[in-house]
Amino acid sequence: MNLFVDALAWLTDPANWTGAGSIPQRIIEHLWISAVVLVIAAAIALPLGGVIGHTGRGREPAVMVSGGLRALPTLGVLTLFALWLGIGLQAPVIALVILAIPPLLAGAYAGFESVDRRTVDAARAVGMREVQIVGKVELPLSLPIVVGGIRSATLQIIATATLAAYVSDFGLGRFIFAGLKTRDYGEMLGGSLLVIILALVVDGGFALTQRLAVPAGVRAARTAENTELRSGPTRPRAVVGRPIIEGNQE
Amino acid sequence: MIEFRGVTKQFPDGTVAVRDVDIVIPPHKTTVFVGSSGSGKTTLLRMINRMVDPSGGQVLIDGTDVATVDPVRLRRGIGYVMQNSGLLPHRKVIDNVATVPMLRGTKKREAHAHALELLDTVGLDRSLADRYPSQLSGGQQQRVGVARGLAVDPNILLMDEPFGAVDPIVRAELQQELLRLQGELGKTVVFVTHDIDEAFLLGDQVVIMQQGGKISQAASPAEILAHPADAFVADFVGADRGKRALHLTEVDGRSIVVDADGRPAGVLTS
Repeated sequence: MNLFVDALAWLTDPANWTGAGSIPQRIIEHLWISAVVLVIAAAIALPLGGVIGHTGRGREPAVMVSGGLRALPTLGVLTLFALWLGIGLQAPVIALVILAIPPLLAGAYAGFESVDRRTVDAARAVGMREVQIVGKVELPLSLPIVVGGIRSATLQIIATATLAAYVSDFGLGRFIFAGLKTRDYGEMLGGSLLVIILALVVDGGFALTQRLAVPAGVRAARTAENTELRSGPTRPRAVVGRPIIEGNQE
Repeated sequence: MIEFRGVTKQFPDGTVAVRDVDIVIPPHKTTVFVGSSGSGKTTLLRMINRMVDPSGGQVLIDGTDVATVDPVRLRRGIGYVMQNSGLLPHRKVIDNVATVPMLRGTKKREAHAHALELLDTVGLDRSLADRYPSQLSGGQQQRVGVARGLAVDPNILLMDEPFGAVDPIVRAELQQELLRLQGELGKTVVFVTHDIDEAFLLGDQVVIMQQGGKISQAASPAEILAHPADAFVADFVGADRGKRALHLTEVDGRSIVVDADGRPAGVLTS
């Protein structure tokens, strides 16, 4: 319990809330690197996942590669890139992008695949171009699952971005590494708590976004089903909050 | 006029869906392709708007080989109604109906105004315009599907088992509605079904398909009943049994028509 008291003392110490290396500065740094990583990873993974989901091609290599990427220990990757690129932010950004790609990719192709093929066929039959099918049919209908992928990737990035402090003076990880070095466990635990709170807050925001991402017509369908069936435990609320399906298909 | 010339469709895995089909679909009439599943009827229909490309032969619309026309342009000029309506679930009824005109560049206001008129045409209340497809009954969804098919005022309307998924009462209603519409609009309708009664009811020309994508007979319903081309057709239309094998009996001086099961089907009037 003593540790928690120390952590609380550290968190509430006004000295830690102002100046260079203060808590607000570290939080902003942490969010900043997380956002940069998310944007880079999304720019790579979302179009790729969309193409895979739309064409139905290249799914197996994608599952294999993202499974392989998932198995990589981020700390090891970070060390490797840090030895190669030196101290600074490049190494953690690359390591975190590698971490974030699998959930984003899986969310994108699982989302696109979840769209009823008959709806896509009908859109094509009335004369939509492939780009229009992607933009006007597949993307809006798959949005909840795609956002689910972004959500899960973001959570992992925020949690793991503490490692950036391993090779640079950046982010909330600073408190953890500094606390460890000086045996100031109050600071270390305080830093960890900040990361946890940050992750939970951002995740809450995404939970809301994900709910809003369900198209109105689809939401209407679900309400209609619910009132019709009243089936208790098997209420169909599958898509919202559904975790990323990956690796267990076929 | 739509013309199939020696059309064959073989899929890469070797399955032959359609084999050497020659058929002329006359304009402003309803032609119904009927057959069991695997007879290639839907494949033939989808060749007209290039959703399927033939592996041999030609499909011509008014003398133009469709293979020479950009598929997207082609499809935007042909109405298409499918089973399960094929409506976009995330768009309101009115936006679904206005989809194709807006793809062709019609202004939203204009497209919506026209869409409301189309709802009238297919017998739907305008108050449904702001609903989503999932909030409509199956029959209403199919009507919206027909309205969407008519939205660009196409010469050709393709209907792929459009009434296959609704209950018999609604189905009969929709069939009558289609007959009424066709009487008013005079489109070239190509209709696919596995229901021979539906084919005889709707078709000016009925094309009976058999397994492996071959045409057994193409003629008017009366012609097919009078002279079935072969045993397959005779069996398929049930010419010699059930409610099609009718005979007369006299009851109190009136001629009553009775079917093969002995059920009275009607009265013969002069």
